[in-house]
Amino acid sequence: MISEMIAEYLRAFLVGGAICTIAQLLINYTKITSGKILVYFLLAGVILQSVGLYEYLVDFGGAGATVPISGFGYLLANGAIRGAKQGLYGAFTGGLGAASAGITAAIVFGYFNAMIFRSKSKKN
Amino acid sequence: MRPLRNISVKGFIMQKTIYFKSRPALIATATVAGPKEGAGGLGKYIEKVLKDDTFGEKTFEKAECKMLSYAIEHCIMNANLQENEIDALISGDLLNQIISASFSARDFDIPYIGIYNACSTMTEAFALSAALIDGGYMNNVVAATGSHFSSAERQYRYPLELGSVRPPQSQWTVTGAGGAVISSNEGDFPKITCATFGKVTDYGVTDANNMGAAMAPAAMTTICAHFKNTGLTPDYYDLIVTGDLGALGSRLLKKLCLDEGLNIDKNHVDCGELIFNIDEEEYQGGSGAGCSAVVFNSYIYRLMREKRINKVLFVATGALLSTLTTQQGESIPSVAHAVAIENCEVE
Repeated sequence: MISEMIAEYLRAFLVGGAICTIAQLLINYTKITSGKILVYFLLAGVILQSVGLYEYLVDFGGAGATVPISGFGYLLANGAIRGAKQGLYGAFTGGLGAASAGITAAIVFGYFNAMIFRSKSKKN
Repeated sequence: MRPLRNISVKGFIMQKTIYFKSRPALIATATVAGPKEGAGGLGKYIEKVLKDDTFGEKTFEKAECKMLSYAIEHCIMNANLQENEIDALISGDLLNQIISASFSARDFDIPYIGIYNACSTMTEAFALSAALIDGGYMNNVVAATGSHFSSAERQYRYPLELGSVRPPQSQWTVTGAGGAVISSNEGDFPKITCATFGKVTDYGVTDANNMGAAMAPAAMTTICAHFKNTGLTPDYYDLIVTGDLGALGSRLLKKLCLDEGLNIDKNHVDCGELIFNIDEEEYQGGSGAGCSAVVFNSYIYRLMREKRINKVLFVATGALLSTLTTQQGESIPSVAHAVAIENCEVE
């Protein structure tokens, strides 16, 4: 049981770490800004899941694949595809509908944190 | 990279050097900087090192304004002058509408001449001050500028709250302000002898995180024009100080100058490389209007007052981009203004 749990965490770590490593390499060795990298990763998640590929990464890595921004793209794609099965209107509402919990959480937690905490300058 | 648009032998001659016959004097300076700058090699020369870069204010922009006010107020005090003896305040900063300079100017009863040339504001201010005094129009002028890491990040890149990752080769905007009083006083002070205003150059660099490469050509055109006009050679000066080219930009500058037949290797130094304890693998050094302002008005000025160095060519460099221009895919045009500051024989 414990060894299964550890294996699961290890897989999540490896998948999530690999995704972040790609991003870091892009930051270090290319001129692509961090904002653009976020967008590219999101799009990658959407495109990969639209052909059903991202699913495999999620099955293998769990949270390591769903937590990074590409996982958000995966969520949007899944929602849109599910909604599309109910017609054109469903295709429009499906994506954000599926992501609604995550988006609301980001806004609510972000807002409350901003009320409580003050940002400080980086050290390095 | 597309070739430089306006450089040519004819171009150098058209870029004039103006000589200040009355040799306006730099009679006093004042500097204030953040904790990271204070921890650097020049920390002990900075008049006030802040423990916290908010300087007790609610926002970073207000802190930047307060630092600039401090620099202006204290250089006037250090010159043993009253506010009503100052004829003009020439200052600027990096933010939109130069709010730090304008809002700090409201603390003073001095006519305000706001200028903007990004990180080359300090030498632009020095040159304009010297021209006003040498022309006989004014007796005492304050030149000041500053910058703040967090307000610059919010303005040019991303706000701190986004928590984004910066590329390791990016420069660190200096949190600091520096001011100086330029005067018609004929005492034994470092004097501004001449100035060479810069032309805008554009080598097609688009990386907003690597402005040293964008600014090196601007520094080169101004430096070459200066030496061509004056007939001097680089070793005339004890130091050729650039503002914030950083490690990469400095190397580029030396190479570009060498291509034009000028060897500045022995006496060139960059404020961006001096201000922080740099681990070269990590960063390209400091940048920002405050970089040259703090380093020159603290360390270099002190060396000159102590006669440890006597002839300095101060060339601050500015990258003239805005957030909008990088988003629209534009490259980064740059400019550099040079002022020669010397300890002259008292006649």
